[in-house]
Amino acid sequence: MTTAVPVPVPRPSARSLRRLIATETKLAYRVPVGLALGVVVPVLLLVIFGLSPGFKKPVNPHTTITFMDDYVPVLMALTLALIALVSLPIPMVMNRERKYLRRLSATPVAPVWLLGAQVAVNLVMAVVAMGTIVGGGVLFFDIKAPGNVGGFILAVILATASLFALGLFIAAVSPSPPVAGVLGTVVLYPLLYFAGLWAPRQNMAPALRHIGDFTPLGSAAQSILSSLQGAFPATHALIVMGVWAVVFSAAAVRLFRWE
Amino acid sequence: MPSRMNYAPSEPASQGAFSGAQQRARERAVQQALRGRGAPTRDNAADAPTKGTAMTVLSRYSEPMRDHAEPKGLTYRPPTELAIEVSHLRKSYGPTVAVDDVSFSVGSGEIFGVIGPNGAGKTTAVECVGGLRTRDSGTVSVLGLDPQSERGALRQVVGTQLQEGSMPVRLRVSELVGLFASFYPHPADTSDLLDLLGLASKRNAYYGRLSGGQKQRVAIALALVGRPKVAILDELTTGLDPQARRDTWELVASIRDQGVTVVLVTHFMDEAERLCDRVMLVEHGQVVALDTPAMLAQRHGGGTRLSFRPSQPFEDSLLTGLPEVRGLQHEGGRVVVNGTGDLLGVVVHALDGAGVEPHNADLTTASLEDAFLRLTSRPKAAQPREVSS
Repeated sequence: MTTAVPVPVPRPSARSLRRLIATETKLAYRVPVGLALGVVVPVLLLVIFGLSPGFKKPVNPHTTITFMDDYVPVLMALTLALIALVSLPIPMVMNRERKYLRRLSATPVAPVWLLGAQVAVNLVMAVVAMGTIVGGGVLFFDIKAPGNVGGFILAVILATASLFALGLFIAAVSPSPPVAGVLGTVVLYPLLYFAGLWAPRQNMAPALRHIGDFTPLGSAAQSILSSLQGAFPATHALIVMGVWAVVFSAAAVRLFRWE
Repeated sequence: MPSRMNYAPSEPASQGAFSGAQQRARERAVQQALRGRGAPTRDNAADAPTKGTAMTVLSRYSEPMRDHAEPKGLTYRPPTELAIEVSHLRKSYGPTVAVDDVSFSVGSGEIFGVIGPNGAGKTTAVECVGGLRTRDSGTVSVLGLDPQSERGALRQVVGTQLQEGSMPVRLRVSELVGLFASFYPHPADTSDLLDLLGLASKRNAYYGRLSGGQKQRVAIALALVGRPKVAILDELTTGLDPQARRDTWELVASIRDQGVTVVLVTHFMDEAERLCDRVMLVEHGQVVALDTPAMLAQRHGGGTRLSFRPSQPFEDSLLTGLPEVRGLQHEGGRVVVNGTGDLLGVVVHALDGAGVEPHNADLTTASLEDAFLRLTSRPKAAQPREVSS
């Protein structure tokens, strides 16, 4: 037998890629779990909290920063986490379970391109959600526009990368859709805690806040908050998100099961 | 699409693949033989499909139409040009050897059947051919391509229908077929293909709403939409009703007539018998037999049995001397002859010479299923009557 030559994954035609992305887009609104979690829920929360009088008050007497200003980064982190940990991995695991990925591997288009299309569709959803929260907050609920635009964009990109890597890792190791659902939820809730969804970060015990600094959502909320308020995000927060992104995407690539 | 029909019922191309109701064919053969018109023929033109299901949809292949002047049967000669060559293929999953030293070749334009009991290694073998599994050892060549090192090129020319699996439930049939069509450089016309598979009325239906048979037909459409040169069809007609099965057989025969080589994994013996030029019987990962269905049936199925009521008594030696005849018994007023080969022809000829007319003749030919059951070692199947009291 000849020695096995590593076969490069051939790049599909632009027509195939357009078709794959169009198909996944249709599925995203026909099975609107991702849209509901990633866009509708955050918008509802934004409106509910935005209309609550308490949230319009300054967090302390010496500043103009309101509770709403403080809450928007948490809401953005929550949204990214719901898209990345629920909307992204579960359809991938379903496609593996129904042997759709295997079927694709019998065509000239390798199944990795389907995953790429799914990542692209969820990224678009994340961008739309981020824009809606910040734009809607600024327009209707008097939150302050990002003071450090470069820092804000960098923080959102790294937050997205780290959470999508985590979502792909869940897709890689989950043997079935229910397992992916459970795994996503189990990861989601502690992360949301560290982001400050239930208790503001400044009210956390120092030890917990310190742990939170090493989680992607804690870092995300923190760096988005500082960029909204005009500062460049803390370097350590950006590094933490970068490390999560690299480690978990590498692990996802290594561990992904195609069948 | 009757106007686009290129499937002339009288053409020899349609012979052999669809013999219609076996009983009718048998009766006609018997009648013809009795009328003294010589050996029975496989003239099944009357049974050939007359519906306008032309394969113009898939007809843009470069290969010319195959010449089918030779009806398949005992004298079948596989095409000289090989589409698939497998030698000493071996594949194991951990300690389980799924395919153990399997060698075979498939001629260009052949319909090649792979049969065998459940778990025999049929699917693993064809998946190694289709580049879906990595073989442990042996060589495989499909149209000159190695399924492992030349996967990319292979996938352009091989269409696969997997044994199980489903598609995203919220995609419409036309979207799925269109998506797969976009993967190939010269796809078939998707709407013609759906027409052909009887899915035209379901083109806007969600995949998840289809019946099992309709899903199966979608799987076939996805395997054919890229105009493959080799089609690997694993359990093609499982879940189809009898009419849909026949339509699907017709479809497979038609794509072969367009020059496509078909590898068909099946556990339906009638399907293999009607459709396949040659059949490979696999058990425990090894090739047990490989021949035409007719030859397998004749060699391993227990032979042919002819029974009739003679118009006048005759000496047994008139028939027992014939090389084709293995045995002769008298059952009531009837004579029962067992044998091989063209039993009917030679017996009728011999009787005719002696002035004996065979009345109410009944010919029973061993089927592929008989051969299958004899060749596969299943102790329970060998003596099924012991169970009853």
